[in-house]
Amino acid sequence: MKPTDTSNPGYFHKVVDCQFACPAHTDVPEYIRLIAQGRFGDAYIENRKSNVFPGILGRVCDRPCEPACRRRRVEERPVAICRLKRVAADHKNDIVDRLPKGGPSNGKKVALIGAGCASLTVANDLRPLGYDVTIFEAHATMGGLMRSNIPQFRLPPKVLDEEIGYIVDMGVEVKLNHRIDSMRTLLDEGFDAVFVGTGAPRGKNLEIPGRYDSKNIHIGIDWLESVAFEHQNSIGKRVLIIGVGNTAMDCCRTSLRLGANDVKVMARKPREYFKASAWELEDAEEENVEILVNHSPKDFVIEKGKLVGMTFELIEYKTDDKGRIDRGTVTGEKVIPCDDVILAIGQDNAFPWIERDLGIEFNEWECPIVDETTMMCSRDGIFFGGDSAFGPKNIIWAVAHGHEAAISMHKYCQGENLTDRLPFGVNLSSQKMGMHEWSYSNDYDPTARRLMPHVDLKQRFKKLDIEVELGFTLEQTLQEVERCLNCDIQTVFAAELCIECDACLDICPVSCLTITENGDEADLRARLAVPALNLAQDLYVSAGLPQTARVMVKDEDLCVHCGLCAERCPTGAWDMQKSHVLIPYAVDEATCGKRKTATGS
Amino acid sequence: MSYIAKPKVAHPNLPRNKLGLTARDYEGTVSTLCAGCGHDSVTAAIIQAVFQLNIEPHMLAKMSGIGCSSKTPAYFVSSSHGFNSVHGRMPSVTTGANAANRSLTYIGVSGDGDSLSIGAGQFVHAIRRNLNMCYIIENNGVYGLTKGQFSASADVGSKPKKGEPNEMEPIDPVSVALALGATYVARSFSGDREQLVPLIKGALTHKGFALVDVISPCVTFNDHEGSTKSYKHTRQFYHHVVDADFVPPAAEIKAAYEEGSAMPVELHDGSKIVLRKVDKAYDPTSRAAAFSYLRDRVNAGEIITGLLYIDGLRKEMHEVMGNTTTPLCQLPLDGLHPGAAELKKIISRYR
Ligand SMILES: Cc1cc2nc3c(=O)[nH]c(=O)nc-3n(C[C@H](O)[C@H](O)[C@H](O)COP(=O)(O)OP(=O)(O)OC[C@H]3O[C@@H](n4cnc5c(N)ncnc54)[C@H](O)[C@@H]3O)c2cc1C
Ligand SMILES: Cc1ncc(C[n+]2csc(CCOP(=O)(O)OP(=O)(O)O)c2C)c(N)n1
Ligand code: SF4
Ligand code: SF4
Ligand code: SF4
Ligand SMILES: [Mg+2]
Repeated sequence: MKPTDTSNPGYFHKVVDCQFACPAHTDVPEYIRLIAQGRFGDAYIENRKSNVFPGILGRVCDRPCEPACRRRRVEERPVAICRLKRVAADHKNDIVDRLPKGGPSNGKKVALIGAGCASLTVANDLRPLGYDVTIFEAHATMGGLMRSNIPQFRLPPKVLDEEIGYIVDMGVEVKLNHRIDSMRTLLDEGFDAVFVGTGAPRGKNLEIPGRYDSKNIHIGIDWLESVAFEHQNSIGKRVLIIGVGNTAMDCCRTSLRLGANDVKVMARKPREYFKASAWELEDAEEENVEILVNHSPKDFVIEKGKLVGMTFELIEYKTDDKGRIDRGTVTGEKVIPCDDVILAIGQDNAFPWIERDLGIEFNEWECPIVDETTMMCSRDGIFFGGDSAFGPKNIIWAVAHGHEAAISMHKYCQGENLTDRLPFGVNLSSQKMGMHEWSYSNDYDPTARRLMPHVDLKQRFKKLDIEVELGFTLEQTLQEVERCLNCDIQTVFAAELCIECDACLDICPVSCLTITENGDEADLRARLAVPALNLAQDLYVSAGLPQTARVMVKDEDLCVHCGLCAERCPTGAWDMQKSHVLIPYAVDEATCGKRKTATGS
Repeated sequence: MSYIAKPKVAHPNLPRNKLGLTARDYEGTVSTLCAGCGHDSVTAAIIQAVFQLNIEPHMLAKMSGIGCSSKTPAYFVSSSHGFNSVHGRMPSVTTGANAANRSLTYIGVSGDGDSLSIGAGQFVHAIRRNLNMCYIIENNGVYGLTKGQFSASADVGSKPKKGEPNEMEPIDPVSVALALGATYVARSFSGDREQLVPLIKGALTHKGFALVDVISPCVTFNDHEGSTKSYKHTRQFYHHVVDADFVPPAAEIKAAYEEGSAMPVELHDGSKIVLRKVDKAYDPTSRAAAFSYLRDRVNAGEIITGLLYIDGLRKEMHEVMGNTTTPLCQLPLDGLHPGAAELKKIISRYR
C-alpha cells in the first residue's frame, strides 16, 4: 500500500467515528472533554457551532453517532453521547453573550418557508451575515414537528422556546399563521433566495375496509399534532397503534397519558425489522406497551357505526441462508378488540402549493429533485432542506442540510459559484505535556455505560408534559465522560524516526500495530497482529522504515487512543496529536470569499 | 516506563491457546525499563512462546539475578513462580529449585553482566552440569542498570557513548556454551521475533541446559553510532544460519521445505524442531563444526544467529544424580526424612 496521506482531512476525520457519523459533524470528543472539566457553557457553544440545538438534540436526537461509537466495537455499549450533550445544555452558565448576533443588513432578502429546524438553521447561519431573513410558518408556533409531534414528555416546550429564541433574537422576521399557498406568489415578492423547509407533512394512510367508517381511526402525525395543540385531550381505553417506527412509539406513550390503559403496537414483521430506535422501544416497553409481531392489518371491525376492533392476518416468515425473510405466508386471522386505532406507518412529502410550471422538478414520489451538495432544486435560487428535500429523516439531518443550504444561498446571493465550496481542513497539535503526561485523560476506563434515571412509572402519567428522562446526575456525568476514548487524539507516526524496537507493538493493549513487509491492502489486512476484518475501518500505513524498509501498519479499528505507543516510543516516532476538523460554514465562506475578491483570484 | 498501566481491554479476536487463554493472560506488570529497550521485546517473545506452548502459568518458574534484564521476569506471566536472586547467582538458585521440584518449567533471564562478569563462575557450571532450564541472556554489551559501563561481551573497537573504545576481548556466551558442552545453543536478536519465538519454545521444551543468547540493544547507553550492539549495527551484520520451526507433539510437519535444508530433531516430549539450514553445509549436530563455523564468521564480523547446536541425548543434571522426579512438596514426610533410628545409624558410621 502507499503511505497513508494524513494531510487529507478526511483521514483523521474518519477515525473520529462519532463525528464522522454525525450528519452535522459535531465535535463530540471535544465537548465531552469540556464537560469533564465542568465547562458546560463551553461545551454548549462547541455543540451549537455544528448542531445549533444542543438542548433539543441532547434529548431527542436520532444519535447516529452512538451506533458508530468506537466504544461499541471495543466493548458493547457506546458512550452516552446524546445524554452528555443534554448535561451541557442543562447546566451551562449564561451563554447569551457568546451567541452569534444578527449583522447589519447587507441588502439581500431571503424567505424561509416553514419554521422547523431546517429553516431555523438557515436563519442561524445567514442572519449574522446581514441577510434579511423572513420565516413563513403555517402554524401559530415555531419548531415544526419538534413542537407539533415530538411529545412534551420527551421534549419540554421551554427547551424549544429557549433555543428557537436564540435564533429569532438575531433579528429574524417571523410570520406565524402564514401558510404559503402559492410558490409563484411568493416568488413575485422579489426575495433574493428562497428556502423550502416545510417537512414531509402527510401521514401515510391505510386503505383497508372500514377505514372511513369511524371517527376513532387517526393518522399518527395529525393526531400527535392535535394533542400538542390541545385539540384532543382524551382517547379510548384500548388503543391499537399500527406500525412500529418512532412515530408509533410516541403515539402509544401519548395514548397512555390521555387515558388509555391497554395499548398494543402492531407490527407486521419480526423484531429485527422494527424501524424504531432501540431506546424508544425500550422506553415504550418500560411503560408496559405490548408489541405484537407478525400481525398484518386486514380490516376495521365496525359494529353499529362504532369501531370495536381490527382484524389481523397472522404471518409466518421463512428465513433464507443469508438470514433474510421471505414475504411471509398467512397462517390465520385474529380480531383484536379496541376503541381507537392510530396509523403510524410513515410520512410522505406533499407540495400542493408549488405550481408545477415554475421549473421546479419533482420525482415520482413527489419529492423535488435537489442537489445533495448545494441543496438547490432545478430552479436557480430555490433551495430545499430537512424532510422536504429527500423525505423524512430527522432533526440532525435537517440541521446539516440547513448549514449547506445557507452556504449555497450566500454564494447564490453574492453571485459566486455554488459548487466552489471551501474544503474541509484539519489542524494537528501535539498533546504531549511531559514525559508521561498528556493533555487528555488517556487511561482506559472500563466503567459500563450509565443508565438514564427516569421519573417514577406512576408519577409520569399524571400530566402530559412531565419529562420522563431526568438527565444524568453529576456522578453519572463524571463516570460517563471517562468512557469516551478521545478518538480525535490521533496516533501520528513519523517513519523516519522509527528504530523498529517493537515497543509500541508490545504495549498496545488492543494489538493494533504491526511492523511487516508491505503488500496490497487485502494481503496486509490478513498479515496483521490480529487480522483486520472490519473493512469499514482504515489501515494507517507508514513509509518504508529506515533500518529494514518494512512498514508500520496500524489497524484503526480498535485503537483506544491510550497513547501508550507514544509513551513507549524511545524516539518520539509516535505522537498523540489532536485533529481538529475544520468544517466550513456560511460565515467562513463569507470571510474567505472577501479574501478571494481582495486577491482577485 | 509509563504512568498508566496497560489497560485490560483487549482485541476481541485475540487467538486462544488450548487452555483458553490469550497471550494477554501471560503478561506481567507494565515494564519500568526505558522505552525502546530490547529487553521488552524479548519479554514479548517469551510471552508468545509460553502462550503457544500452552504452559499453565503456575507450572512456570521465572529465575533471575540483577540488572535491567534480570528485572524482566516481573513483566511476564504474573501468576507464575519467580525468584529474583543476588547478582550472578541465578544459576545456583535454579539448581536448587530444580532439585526441589522437577515438574516445573524453568526460565532464567540474565544479562551479559549478570552471566559473564560477576556470575561467570555460576554460568559455566550450570552448563557443565546440563541443568534443565531455558537460560536467556539479554545481551547488550553494557551494564544497563548501572548506567552503561562496558560489559564482558563488548566487542573490541565498540565505542561507548562517552570515553574510549573497548580494547578487551569479549566473552561470547555461545562459544563458551559450545566449549562446555551445552546441549541447546542458540542466538537471536530482540528485533527478530519470528526467529526468536520458536527458539525460546524449543529451549523451554528441551531437556537440559538450553542457552538463548539474544542481542538486545540498550537503547539508552548502547544504541549510538559506533556501538556494535545497536539496533542498526545488529540489523546490518546479522545472518540467519539455521532457523528452527517448533512442531508441537503429535502435530504433523506441514511446511514445505527445500530439499536438503530441513532437518527434524525430536525432543523428549515428542515435539519436534525442524532445523532450516540457511547455509546447507552447516551441521547443527556437530559441536566441532559449529565451533569452527562460529569462529570463522565472528572473525568476518558477522553475527550468526539461529539454533546453532543441539544434542538431545545427554542427560540433565538431576537425572544423572538420580534425584526424585516427584516435587519434594508432594513427598510424604517419611519419604523426605529417614527417621531418627536411621539417622543415628548414619551418624554412627562417622564416629
Ligand atoms: C412523531 C414524530 C417523532 C419524531 N421524533 C424525532 C426524534 O425524536 N428525533 C429526531 O431527530 N427526529 C424526530 N422526528 C423527525 C423530525 O421531527 C423531523 O425530521 C424534523 O422535524 C424535520 O424538520 P424540518 O425542518 O425539515 O420540517 P418540520 O419539522 O416538519 O417543519 C416544517 C414546518 O413547516 C411548516 N409548513 C409546512 N408547509 C408550510 C407552508 N406551505 N407554508 C408555511 N409553513 C409550512 C410546518 O407547519 C412546520 O412547522 C420525529 C417525527 C415524528 C413525526
Ligand atoms: C553484588 C553486586 N555487585 C554489583 C552490583 C551492581 N550492578 C547492578 S546491575 C549490574 C550489571 C548488570 O548488567 P547486565 O547483567 O548486563 O544487565 P543489563 O542492565 O545490561 O540488562 C551491576 C554491576 C550489584 N547489584 N550487586
Ligand atoms: S469513544 Fe468518544 S470520540 Fe470515540 S466514537 Fe465514542 S464518543 Fe466519539
Ligand atoms: S493509542 Fe497506540 S497503544 Fe493505544 S490503542 Fe491506539 S495504537 Fe494502541
Ligand atoms: S538502561 Fe538500557 S538495558 Fe536498562 S532499561 Fe534502559 S535501555 Fe534497557
Ligand atoms: Mg547488559
